[in-house]
Amino acid sequence: MLLDVKNLTVNFTIKDGMVHAVENVSLQLDEGETLGLVGESGCGKTTLGYAITQLLPDNARIIGGKVMFKGKDILTPSIKKNGSLEGYQAEIRSLRWNEISMIFQGAMNAFNPVYTIGDQIDEAIRIHKDVTKEESLERIKELYDLVGIPSDRINNYPHEYSGGMRQRAMIAMALVHNPSLIIADEPTTALDVIMQRRILSEMNKIQKKFDTAMVIITHDVSVVANTADKIAVMYAGMIMEQGKIGDVFKRTSNPYTEALFAGFPNLRGERKELMSIPGDPPSLVNPPSGCHFHPRCRYAKSICQEQDPPIQQMETGQLSQCHFAKELQAGTLRREVR
Amino acid sequence: MSEDAILKLENVKKYFELKQGILSFRQPSLYVKAVDDVSFSIDKGKIFGLVGESGCGKTTIGRCISRLETITDGKIEFMGRDISGLQKKELKQFRSNMQMIFQDPYESLNPRLTVFQSVADPLTVHESGQSQGERKDAVFKALMDAGMKTPEEMIDRYPHELSGGQRQRVAIARALVVNPKFIIADEPVSMLDVSIRAGVMNLMLDLKEKYKISYVFVTHDVAIARYMSDDLGVMYLGDMVETSETDDVIMNPVHPYTRALLAAVPIPDPDYEWEDVPIAGDIPSPINLPKGCRFHPRCMYAMDICKEKLPERVEVSDGHFVNCFFAEELYASPVKTPKELGLGSLSPEYMEGELEEGEILSGQDGE
Repeated sequence: MLLDVKNLTVNFTIKDGMVHAVENVSLQLDEGETLGLVGESGCGKTTLGYAITQLLPDNARIIGGKVMFKGKDILTPSIKKNGSLEGYQAEIRSLRWNEISMIFQGAMNAFNPVYTIGDQIDEAIRIHKDVTKEESLERIKELYDLVGIPSDRINNYPHEYSGGMRQRAMIAMALVHNPSLIIADEPTTALDVIMQRRILSEMNKIQKKFDTAMVIITHDVSVVANTADKIAVMYAGMIMEQGKIGDVFKRTSNPYTEALFAGFPNLRGERKELMSIPGDPPSLVNPPSGCHFHPRCRYAKSICQEQDPPIQQMETGQLSQCHFAKELQAGTLRREVR
Repeated sequence: MSEDAILKLENVKKYFELKQGILSFRQPSLYVKAVDDVSFSIDKGKIFGLVGESGCGKTTIGRCISRLETITDGKIEFMGRDISGLQKKELKQFRSNMQMIFQDPYESLNPRLTVFQSVADPLTVHESGQSQGERKDAVFKALMDAGMKTPEEMIDRYPHELSGGQRQRVAIARALVVNPKFIIADEPVSMLDVSIRAGVMNLMLDLKEKYKISYVFVTHDVAIARYMSDDLGVMYLGDMVETSETDDVIMNPVHPYTRALLAAVPIPDPDYEWEDVPIAGDIPSPINLPKGCRFHPRCMYAMDICKEKLPERVEVSDGHFVNCFFAEELYASPVKTPKELGLGSLSPEYMEGELEEGEILSGQDGE
């Protein structure tokens, strides 16, 4: 087991109270595996990614849970009494870039505009490893080769790169020390579809080659359908369903997952009518009681409002947080009229 | 496309001149050919989907149609009238028939106006001459049509009090209040969350059925375009490379760019096997367009003629137009490779499969 997140709960303190961004989330990842973490904006998926790498802002509070990486608890040593994170902890610093890297959302802004991209990758290399400038440059050339940027572009500034090239440079930077885990936050969202496909193919190849595990955080189900081994679907801070990608897609056992998939247009196959989910995602300051999805769920019964749903293990192997997961999967759950 | 066309574009061009500072008179002017020689028409009550990657000119076409931009050359006819000559009063009349919905519902609504004021505003602009009561009825009806079940709860709110989906519905109500015959929707759902997106798309489809409104639906997302539109136009660097009925384009793509674009679209099905994306390189700068067919530097089928001449529009089957010298050949044998067709003498190497098996990075020891 490479990564084992156990019952993680993260809140943010804001003016209006507490934002319950991540609630009692557990997930596991093996070496070389890819997990697609999908959900809509504000569902807590990015917060979860940032909690693993301890890049949370100051107002974040870790209320409970553990993040185990290669069998070692990497989160607890950094947590201060009030639940916020101690910045610049040695444990996590030695892991970042070396063992865990991040590819950030919007590579457009992830680079510092006043330094060349080469300098910025060089910094990431030499901060963690005692090599000369020349050796570091060699490494950057290798990486550029790998992600398909001509090496004469190393000394360019970020604005001289196209969006796709910046995203590739970001990937190159994430690979500098051959990490075991890459957390990619919306790695292709800002890109056009052809560039998106290229970046995804390249990431897949690189992953296979170096046996790197990856968490792809995205709102786009179709992006993970073909790239991930496992999928975790988040809604309002909770993981509604997780499991092998084929199981979750074909033997769906959670009403939110079902509704999310039914709202996605498909370029192939029949033109099916898309289903919309009534209402809007809830505020995470005052999330609905019981199951957070119940006000929008077409199967919701009174128990859904009263009790937190248990996490149920399905026969197919996936986990679903729903009172009626088994009935839904078996196709015997009836819609409620409202 | 038939005589019932509500909108017709003939050889429309829109060039933007680049300003080059005070010495610019010394140099020949540079132009960005945002839209170059585009023709298509839209029938009454139909949705025309306009797809392409960023910078392909799809938004500019939308702006030209609504006369937010003046075209450089060509002709746009709306309900049988050339729109380029419209003056004040006629222009106003034209605009009440032709409304726009924009991408970002956070920016397209005035933050200082309540929902009621925003939606009633077009009535004032178009001097509808209604009484207060009639205006209120019109606003309520538009909000109901836009899917707000209880407009009375909404009308006094400000945009910041609304969710993204509600805002986009208010923007739609604002377009509907003047009973338009035509709506230009520029990426109307791309900022919305998945769970809300389907609702807004279905709403637009319902309005099309109910009021026979025609749309231009501009989007970068081909799967969404397929869901929404009756006809589809694919653009590349200002050029409309292919138009036909939507499923005809999706199932039988002819132009090499359309083929690459469609092959790259991710499919929400884990069993789907990725096809190769037969395209090389990056989109070039629109300022110095390549001579000849502007797609030739990236095209797997390119021949010498492609870098010399601009391809003409070819009708490969009824209503299916393709801008390519080899459209007939490509149409006749949809699955043949460039080599099998005897094409692609110029073909560049493309990026798929670039990483060779067994190629290992050095410098890894000593970790």
